[in-house]
Amino acid sequence: MSEFILPRRQLIARAGGLAAALPLLSACDAINDAPAVRKILSMGEEMNRASQRALTDRNALAREFSRADRSPYFRPNGTRLPAGAAYAAHAASGFADWRVAVTGLVARPLSLSMADIRAMPQRTQITRHDCVEGWSAIGQWTGVQLSRILAAAGVKDSARYIVFRCADRLGDALYYESCDMVDARHPQTIMAWALNDAVLPIANGAPLRLRIERQLGYKHAKYVNAIEAVTSLDAIGAGKGGYWEDRIDYEWYAGI
Amino acid sequence: MAEAETPVAPSAPTSLAPVRVYRHRLPTRVWHWVNAVTLLILLMSGLTIFNAHPRLYWGEYGANFDRAWLVIGSTPDSGYLRVGDWRVDTTGVLGRWTNAEGVEKTWAFPGWATIPTSYSLADGRRWHLFFAWVMAIGLTLYMLWTAVAEHLRKDLHVRRGEWSPRHIWHDVKDHARLRFPTGEAAARYGILQKLSYIGVIFILLPLMIATGLTMSPGLNASAPWLLDLFGGRQSARSIHFIAAWALIAFFVVHIVMVLLAGLLNEVRSMVTGWFRLPPEKDA
Repeated sequence: MSEFILPRRQLIARAGGLAAALPLLSACDAINDAPAVRKILSMGEEMNRASQRALTDRNALAREFSRADRSPYFRPNGTRLPAGAAYAAHAASGFADWRVAVTGLVARPLSLSMADIRAMPQRTQITRHDCVEGWSAIGQWTGVQLSRILAAAGVKDSARYIVFRCADRLGDALYYESCDMVDARHPQTIMAWALNDAVLPIANGAPLRLRIERQLGYKHAKYVNAIEAVTSLDAIGAGKGGYWEDRIDYEWYAGI
Repeated sequence: MAEAETPVAPSAPTSLAPVRVYRHRLPTRVWHWVNAVTLLILLMSGLTIFNAHPRLYWGEYGANFDRAWLVIGSTPDSGYLRVGDWRVDTTGVLGRWTNAEGVEKTWAFPGWATIPTSYSLADGRRWHLFFAWVMAIGLTLYMLWTAVAEHLRKDLHVRRGEWSPRHIWHDVKDHARLRFPTGEAAARYGILQKLSYIGVIFILLPLMIATGLTMSPGLNASAPWLLDLFGGRQSARSIHFIAAWALIAFFVVHIVMVLLAGLLNEVRSMVTGWFRLPPEKDA
């Protein structure tokens, strides 16, 4: 959930006096943009994912902190207020009619209200949120474990990924994210509706957001209104598994 | 730095033939040049990542509303660096500068110092996280080799006598006066060289890897002791940044020393392995 994403590449203007460094700099950027180079560099992501999955405990818990350790102010990022009349109406009614659809490879598709979600067993955790930009904030989250929702819907064995669809539109598309089943079933992966003892503020993703504690901030989908179990991410968005992954090539595996 | 040997050159007058020593073995040469490129890429892509949030904190958390110990920022007409309460105007270089096309930018580090030259956190991370593997694998192999091939024991090992303050001070003075060893002595590393190379190979580079890994939320879960070791994720990020500048300092001194000691001879020895001993002063 980067705050200031800039256009990925702008053609270097040839007009005006050419600085001596310009040819060198554009040569560097040509290397950066070469498909073969990008393919090689992407191996780093795969090595990080594979090594973390292979060498570390898949169920290891992210550190949980005490109330005194919390950030004085939890910085919101990305969308702070989804546009549109539909969301505004939901916010005005306290999200009384908000529905979270649980679909895809499940035995029993669900349509959960916020009351349904709050009626399920809850988990509260004080964890550190790490933005891809480099900052961190510690906050206390309360919500239902995603594994409970998936169990209630009877997720099928053929499901390999869980996709989270969001109500916030950024530019041309709605935000979305996805994760594998290891993180989906992780005990600390929760659909949170409260932050620091209060109902989740709109800036932080009201009424419901994902907490996926072992990955970076842009994976933590906010304003979630659908959870979908799938076998492949190819047909979703541009196929890379997330809004920023599709657009600016952020890593799908954001464990580092 | 293996045994010295005079090249077989029977036709040349022995007094004029340069004494050559096989100074750098192949693994050292390969690793040196791979590392030169790798560290440059890691530094420049690291500056891109820093640009995404040009503030450093101590402890576990830190974001815009928290007190940063280091900030590179901008005002409407200037750029500045603040460290603690000390603030310096850096307009033109840090915080506010003009790019090659004449456009004013307010990213912390200028485009000529970053990979890519335009701000792209995603691309900076791609470069950084790939070459981090190149660095980590290369360093691991090289460390193992220094032990197995006895490079460590024979060449880098600090002898008992070399630890004496007098000996170290003597070497410092020689460096300050630009008086470099000649003849046989030039074939061996001095105490400052040994400490520099040991410091980089066994302290700074491992520290970069460890603090880098401490910023990984995935690894934090399975190895939380790293957080305790460095005092939290934001402390690890600060130490990562400081250690990077320590590596830059090493690089600058390294280059200056190579230039002063003889660029051609030094670079050639790191390519072919063979180093020509500077003739004795009194010869």
